[in-house]
Amino acid sequence: MEWANQLCENRQFGSKMTDSKYFTTTKKGEIFELKAELNSDKKEKKKEAVKKVIASMTVGKDVSALFPDVVNCMQTDNLELKKLVYLYLMNYAKSQPDMAIMAVNTFVKDCEDANPLIRALAVRTMGCIRVDKITEYLCEPLRKCLKDEDPYVRKTAAVCVAKLHDINAQLVEDQGFLDTLKDLISDSNPMVVANAVAALSEIAESHPNSNLLDLNPQSINKLLTALNECTEWGQIFILDCLANYTPRDDRESQSICERVTPRLSHANSAVVLSAVKVLMKFMEMLPKDLDYYSTLLKKLAPPLVTLLSAEPELQYVALRNINLIVQKRPEILKHEMKVFFVKYNDPIYVKLEKLDIMIRLASQANIAQVLAELKEYATEVDVDFVRKAVRAIGRCAIKVEQSAERCVSTLLDLIQTKVNYVVQEAIVVIKDIFRKYPNKYESVIATLCENLDSLDEPEARAAMIWIVGEYAERIDNADELLESFLEGFHDESTQVQLQLLTAIVKLFLKKPTETQELVQQVLSLATQDSDNPDLRDRGYIYWRLLSTDPVAAKEVVLAEKPLISEETDLIEPTLLEELICHIGTLASVYHKPPSAFVEGSRGVMHKRLPARTGSGESTESPDVGAAGGSAPEAAPSIIPSQGDLLGDLLNLDMAPPTTSGPPPPSTGMQMGGMDLLGGGLDSLMGDESEPLGGDIGGSPAMGAGFGAAPAVMPASLNAPVGGGLGDLFDLGGVGMPMGAYIPPKIVWLPAMKAKGLEISGTFARRAGVIQMELILTNKAMSVMTDFAIQFNRNSFGLAPAGPLQVLTPLGPNQTIEVSLPLSTVGPVMKMDPLNNLQVAVKNNIDVFYFSCQYPISMLFVEDGKMERQVFLATWKDIPNDNESQFQIKDCHLNSDAASSKLQGSNIFTIAKRTVEGQDMLYMSIKLSNGIWVLAELRVQAGNPNYTISLKCRAPEVSQCVFQCYEAVLKN
Amino acid sequence: MIHSLFLVNSSGDIFLEKHWKSVVSRSVCDYFFEAQERASEPENVPPVIPTPHHYLISVLRHRIYFVAVIQSEVPPLFVIEFLHRVVDTFQDYFGVCTEAAIKDNVVVVYELLEEMLDNGFPLATESNILKELIKPPTILRTVVNTITGSTNVGEQLPTGQLSVVPWRRTGVKYTNNEAYFDVVEEIDAIIDKSGSTITAEIQGVIDACVKLTGMPDLTLSFMNPRLLDDVSFHPCVRFKRWEAERILSFIPPDGNFRLLSYHVSSQNLVAIPVYVKHNITFREGSSQGRFELTLGPKQTMGKGVEAVLVSSQLPRGVLNTNLNPTQGTYTFDPVTKLLSWDVGKINPQKLPSLKGSMSLQAGASKPDENPTINIQFKIQQSALSGLKVNRLDMYGEKYKPFKGIKYMTKAGKFQIATR
Repeated sequence: MEWANQLCENRQFGSKMTDSKYFTTTKKGEIFELKAELNSDKKEKKKEAVKKVIASMTVGKDVSALFPDVVNCMQTDNLELKKLVYLYLMNYAKSQPDMAIMAVNTFVKDCEDANPLIRALAVRTMGCIRVDKITEYLCEPLRKCLKDEDPYVRKTAAVCVAKLHDINAQLVEDQGFLDTLKDLISDSNPMVVANAVAALSEIAESHPNSNLLDLNPQSINKLLTALNECTEWGQIFILDCLANYTPRDDRESQSICERVTPRLSHANSAVVLSAVKVLMKFMEMLPKDLDYYSTLLKKLAPPLVTLLSAEPELQYVALRNINLIVQKRPEILKHEMKVFFVKYNDPIYVKLEKLDIMIRLASQANIAQVLAELKEYATEVDVDFVRKAVRAIGRCAIKVEQSAERCVSTLLDLIQTKVNYVVQEAIVVIKDIFRKYPNKYESVIATLCENLDSLDEPEARAAMIWIVGEYAERIDNADELLESFLEGFHDESTQVQLQLLTAIVKLFLKKPTETQELVQQVLSLATQDSDNPDLRDRGYIYWRLLSTDPVAAKEVVLAEKPLISEETDLIEPTLLEELICHIGTLASVYHKPPSAFVEGSRGVMHKRLPARTGSGESTESPDVGAAGGSAPEAAPSIIPSQGDLLGDLLNLDMAPPTTSGPPPPSTGMQMGGMDLLGGGLDSLMGDESEPLGGDIGGSPAMGAGFGAAPAVMPASLNAPVGGGLGDLFDLGGVGMPMGAYIPPKIVWLPAMKAKGLEISGTFARRAGVIQMELILTNKAMSVMTDFAIQFNRNSFGLAPAGPLQVLTPLGPNQTIEVSLPLSTVGPVMKMDPLNNLQVAVKNNIDVFYFSCQYPISMLFVEDGKMERQVFLATWKDIPNDNESQFQIKDCHLNSDAASSKLQGSNIFTIAKRTVEGQDMLYMSIKLSNGIWVLAELRVQAGNPNYTISLKCRAPEVSQCVFQCYEAVLKN
Repeated sequence: MIHSLFLVNSSGDIFLEKHWKSVVSRSVCDYFFEAQERASEPENVPPVIPTPHHYLISVLRHRIYFVAVIQSEVPPLFVIEFLHRVVDTFQDYFGVCTEAAIKDNVVVVYELLEEMLDNGFPLATESNILKELIKPPTILRTVVNTITGSTNVGEQLPTGQLSVVPWRRTGVKYTNNEAYFDVVEEIDAIIDKSGSTITAEIQGVIDACVKLTGMPDLTLSFMNPRLLDDVSFHPCVRFKRWEAERILSFIPPDGNFRLLSYHVSSQNLVAIPVYVKHNITFREGSSQGRFELTLGPKQTMGKGVEAVLVSSQLPRGVLNTNLNPTQGTYTFDPVTKLLSWDVGKINPQKLPSLKGSMSLQAGASKPDENPTINIQFKIQQSALSGLKVNRLDMYGEKYKPFKGIKYMTKAGKFQIATR
């Protein structure tokens, strides 16, 4: 009330007659006093009293007690008094529904007043009174007003239908107001048209499936005509409505674009952005070689640039939208980099957005300028901004290869400043640069190591530890460095602990001699003293790996890592398409589809860009169409934050070896507990003269330490060769939760054809090794010996990795099972069908030939899990012609079961989302010869038929892959 | 559409609320206050704030936050533009848009807001129309109203509301018919330490004050319309004619309005009117720093540079300064570290300079930040881009109006980096 007192003072001092007088309070009850005044006979006093009531209302005082007295003032010829009473009614009718009925009569009377202003005012106010009893009375006056001769009344009535719909949707439908509203779209007055469109759009939002705005070329023409003549707000409504229309062909779409383009020069930025939306959407349909297409592209840039000179709030919204536009059509703004340079006094939210767009636009042509700017920003005062600027430098390095060197030297300069948070950010991004350009910039490691002590943020510490572990062989005192971190192991965050564990294991594998104690220490810290299951599990995995098979451990832990993708935060293409259709809306500001956050709009139709018709593509297989129907629900997770990258890094450490190298030596597997490490170490250290096995085994610490692990080990030891490794992966959650699909054995070579030798078999992939599992039966009378096997050249270069191990002679009626490891490095020749394999088997009797078909799934390698961003980029990249669709019938798995089943066969689910009961699974597969296959599997609950779309650069494998899907899912 | 509006003053009190649909509790503003607390500066409050059930879209004008509450998908720019319109209308009606002015006229404010939005849809936002519906308060009218009991609400349907020229009211009459146009250009530039231009762009506007009787139809042509390739027009401008002939043809609104705004960004077109020579150094281990600054005119087309004001945020480590200006006055605020130097006019014969030393915290390491120098200035009678009006003609009315055109250039965000 301070200000109220102050206002009172003002009044005393000045002779100014202002509304503040309505705020004065008297000692007697204020309400009492007002009541008396409201019931006064003098009109003037009444009006003053109502004004006082309104004034109290505006500041949130409860004056509802005066309801009957105020309503009594409604019957008046004084327009101002009437308006004031209406204001009051709108505010309090809800709390006094019975009293509000009193007002109905006046409303109905006012709706027939001679003055259109009063008619409109009455119908407008009535719609704002949210009392069911009143709305019933509203229908008749509203019907009249919708057909009023005065357009001002009609346009007010149009909005009133939307209000009424909000209160009682059923009533509006029953009364046929929706049809009347639709008729108003053809009204002669543009303002009426605009309001009718606005009202219909609002109603349509809560009515997703009604075709309220059933647009056809005629109505579009009407709208386009009204567009030129109505107010700026009306233009926004009309443009937003136009954006929902799908033109029949490119010619229609061009003519709409032509008529919308002038709106780009409007002073109202909302009009401009709505026009941009319409153009961005309809452009999609224009053939790219059309002159008009490039003209349009050129016309889009200036208005977007102009938006950036507006007030900061407008800039912010504009920038969020430009961020989308730049991803969709980078060519529009590629020459406008400079307008995104940050100004010193921009608000922080504008600065951060500009920075983001700068990186998106960065290219070889402008990188020098961008870097100079970024370096400048890195010395500013605002910490958040500086951090983001440093990250941006790293992202530039990853995006524009030619600039990487300059970026690294810029980062080094920044590290020299010794500003704590700058150094930490720089280290985090340098880690990414190492990942992107291995073996190029490692010379800077020394500089990084100097700053070890100043790192106090988990992310930076983890990044630094990763670097030390990864390049342990180049850092002389790597063990000391890591040991220093180990001292406070339990105070570190999980991120750092996990990284430290991995780094020390890497170090151990690289320099086994000096670091046994260290690895011992970290393993026991991780497995025995930690409550964190992730850490414990990882500790055990490493432990077992090291103790069972150090060679395999080396392959696992030091596996070659896939390069990180260029753009880490691209919006998924299908989401981007949808967001482009929502330019200018909240969805575009949050970069989420409206269904993900707008209340009451669940089940809204997902908008998608129209397909280009001019280029003669079949409408059936546009890639956007296939995926575009999906509205990712958990969309934000698609855009990984920088932080996720590190998570990926850690996971990568766990990934199985990329190549299906030699199977782990079975001898190593059979060794007993204590000796395990010793034996392994020998093989690791090769030419080390002094065998260490004994030493280690003898060390009591070692004994105790490793003694803990074998308790669980026998199970894996008993498993078939390689199975042990599989189990290990299993524990890590990377491997095969259900086991790969192995087709049942079938007879390949009947005894009839092979002089008594029957061969049946199948193919399997076990722990990354392809195996041909054969059953040889001797149905002849004589003993068979000297078995050998050979393959003809085949599509994927399959070849036996060793001789056929049939050591003992095969007696009559004897059967032997052998498994033959296969490699994929043999000679290649394309076969038909693709997975056909011609085999020759020789024994002491003769040479026999047969051919069999292998399931292509055994060529799916274990590191076939693509990163999401890479997946998005690749999906977009592969031409639509390479997409094929298949149906899988009668499959009764739910999507989770299907996904884990497929994972068993190295078909990895990368993302899943659910749209209207339909699950969409995005999956990736990598074949042993490096071919990637991307898949989208759609599973509808309750429908046994799945739809699968496959995209691959070598489309001929699609058919085989589909067969695998079918086989895996049905078994 | 727009659900509610809250006005919040700089101390965080809600001093006005208006609801167009059902009432939204003012507790929704708590989310706004949280964001406000987090922001380091008042202008850093993000313009769009999500809450569990609503979205808050706000603008900060005249130290008042205008917070709009929306519930469904509404284009945020639409809301922001509307809020700007509210601010403009208040300013138009009350002369200033301050908390005191709004409170003094709270009933008019309420009537205006009710007239501007219906059910969240904009209804009448043109000041010409609003003024016919609700008369602006003038001291005279308030006095007369109190005595005679008449009202400031118009009884008639505003004429412009539905006409083809909704921006102009009918029946306008003036004894002196006059039309003034101001071409105002603001130059935004970032100059690097060596004096070369990193970016430079010009934001230009043509503001008009037209007081003409009847329904005049004006055309305005330029000497060099090629400059204008990125323009936004007032709705009154006939776009077709501009496309075809590069002539502005329009029936103007009555009174003050912005005819067009434009943007010139191609670097070669933007002349930089002033230069700055600077030498700001800190030495490691020394508690003294040197500060030297000299200003001079560059490409000003022979016009004088006036009202020059230099400001710079010095590093936190600077305790105080001891500088000598050759002209004007300078101040340094040791708390905010803001240096400002009111130079006045630049005399090309005797360039203004500011030289001296800065004292730093003893023993502290040398500051990392590099001060940015902001410059404000004005150049009268010249538009930096070279834009020139060729002629202004009037059709449709018989009288001869008085016409005037004025040019001005001023600095917008004109910044010089020193390192």
